[in-house]
Amino acid sequence: MSAALLEIENLNKSFRTDSKSVQALRGIELDVREGEFVTVIGPSGCGKSTLLRIIAGLERGETGTVKLSGEPIRGPGIDKGFIFQEPRLFPWLTVEKNIAADLSLRKPEVRSKVDELIRLVKLEGFAKAYPRELSGGMAQRVAIARALLRKPKILLLDEPFGALDAFTRAHMQEVLLDIWKHNGTTMILVTHDIDEAVFLGSRIMILKPRPGEIRGQIAVELSYPRKKASTAFQEYRYRVLREFERIDELAWGESGAGI
Amino acid sequence: MTQQAEPLRSGWRPPLARRTWNSGVWAHFAWAALLPGLILLGWQLYTAYGEVNPILLPSPAAIAEALGTLTASGELAVQLGVSLGRAALGTLYGCAAALALGTLVGLSRLAAKLLDPSMQLLRLTPSLAIAPLIILWFGFGETSKIVIIATGAFFPLYLATIQSLRGVDGRLTEVARVLQFGRAQQLSRLLLPGAMPGLLSGLRLAMAYGWLSLVVAELLGAQAGIGYLMSHAQTNGHPAIIFVGVLVFAVMGKLIDLLVATVEKRVLRWRDSYAG
Ligand SMILES: Nc1ncnc2c1ncn2[C@@H]1O[C@H](COP(=O)(O)OP(=O)(O)OP(=O)(O)O)[C@@H](O)[C@H]1O
Ligand SMILES: [Mg+2]
Repeated sequence: MSAALLEIENLNKSFRTDSKSVQALRGIELDVREGEFVTVIGPSGCGKSTLLRIIAGLERGETGTVKLSGEPIRGPGIDKGFIFQEPRLFPWLTVEKNIAADLSLRKPEVRSKVDELIRLVKLEGFAKAYPRELSGGMAQRVAIARALLRKPKILLLDEPFGALDAFTRAHMQEVLLDIWKHNGTTMILVTHDIDEAVFLGSRIMILKPRPGEIRGQIAVELSYPRKKASTAFQEYRYRVLREFERIDELAWGESGAGI
Repeated sequence: MTQQAEPLRSGWRPPLARRTWNSGVWAHFAWAALLPGLILLGWQLYTAYGEVNPILLPSPAAIAEALGTLTASGELAVQLGVSLGRAALGTLYGCAAALALGTLVGLSRLAAKLLDPSMQLLRLTPSLAIAPLIILWFGFGETSKIVIIATGAFFPLYLATIQSLRGVDGRLTEVARVLQFGRAQQLSRLLLPGAMPGLLSGLRLAMAYGWLSLVVAELLGAQAGIGYLMSHAQTNGHPAIIFVGVLVFAVMGKLIDLLVATVEKRVLRWRDSYAG
């Protein structure tokens, strides 16, 4: 019935180690429409990576349903592109072969698509370079091109720019927005950088830790490209910050009541 | 700072292979030859001016003369050819078996549980101890020699294969899952290149051990080969020829090792550690 591309209902996940069990996610409800750019923000350990890995099929939820295009997710696949925090390129393959990965560059359609993607992520001239010759930002762009070649229904990005310096990060955010406008790929990007969440997201999901729960969401009604210094942008920053303060108070109250 | 918008070395790559050959190898040789050269000099002086029985310790000059005669008559080339052929065949069989079994054990938990304990037991049995058994089973002919060499070459590569397949970066395995690599691609684009550094150093060890086992095999009774030349010289009282044999074994061993090391550098060009 629903028009959503991704539907998550009452998702729970806990990890059991020898000594104890950690509830990483509790009662997650999330619908993502096609073409949306959702950013997920929350403090460390609130289950952001776990959520993304479950959507990618790399991890299994315990209860609840996760559906992509109405189909339950059974495992990882190329329809769910995943960008890890580190680029994870194959060090023995050149840039173009990393993008092609299991596909052969000798096929003309792969060749032309790879060339087009190299232009899209602005890596002209580096097609034959090895990963060790690339900077962190360039390597992450190769990883993005590798995922895009598979025409994923959804692109999942787990703190993709977390390891980059501020300038490279700002540049990468613009590259990603360009791709989003150009391809219309649905994106979910996890971050702990408020600026990044507001700059990129058409909707911001706010997660709180222990257990990981959605504590609120903010629709960002600003046109792209957004100006980080504008008053409207700052308004949204404050709204996100206020949500976090509310979470802190709640956490304080709960633990205070418990003792 | 490794994270910059621009590359650290934009597109430029040092001409690795050539540079290694021109300066690296010769410098390597010069350093390696320094100590043996000094010993040789002392040895010559000692045998020339000291009271030494030439049957026990021939002078370097006498050894050089024996080397000259054996080379001129073509005998050395013939025996060396026999030895090299044996070593190559035995090492080939040993390495092929090691790759096959190592891949099986490295990739399948079941095979690991079934095979590996027995293999570990066999591994710790000294090859000199099994050699008489092998001769008992396969006779004094060529087969037993090939088997002894193959056994020697097998274990280093077998262990390296298992370890390097298991050591392939799990984060890259996850990428292969997300990209839905087929079985063939998983092997050719992920496992094989990922394991390659380990496989090559295993191969290097395997070839060294194959060569060492050749000596064992030939000294235990052979009708041809460098080892035969040596044991023959021993019974006939030609100590200089024994020294020639030792020399040939040593030099060939080193050359083989150098060959694999060179291949290793070329194949692993993508690695950071070989950049400078
Ligand atoms: N494989 C695992 N085994 C056990 N516990 C795990 C595992 N993966 C995650 N957890 C736990 O689940 C919780 C959520 O982890 P997760 O990695 O999803 O957090 P995160 O929000 O991505 O944090 P960060 O911002 O630091 O990346 C944490 O308490 C973590 O310890
Ligand atoms: Mg995380």
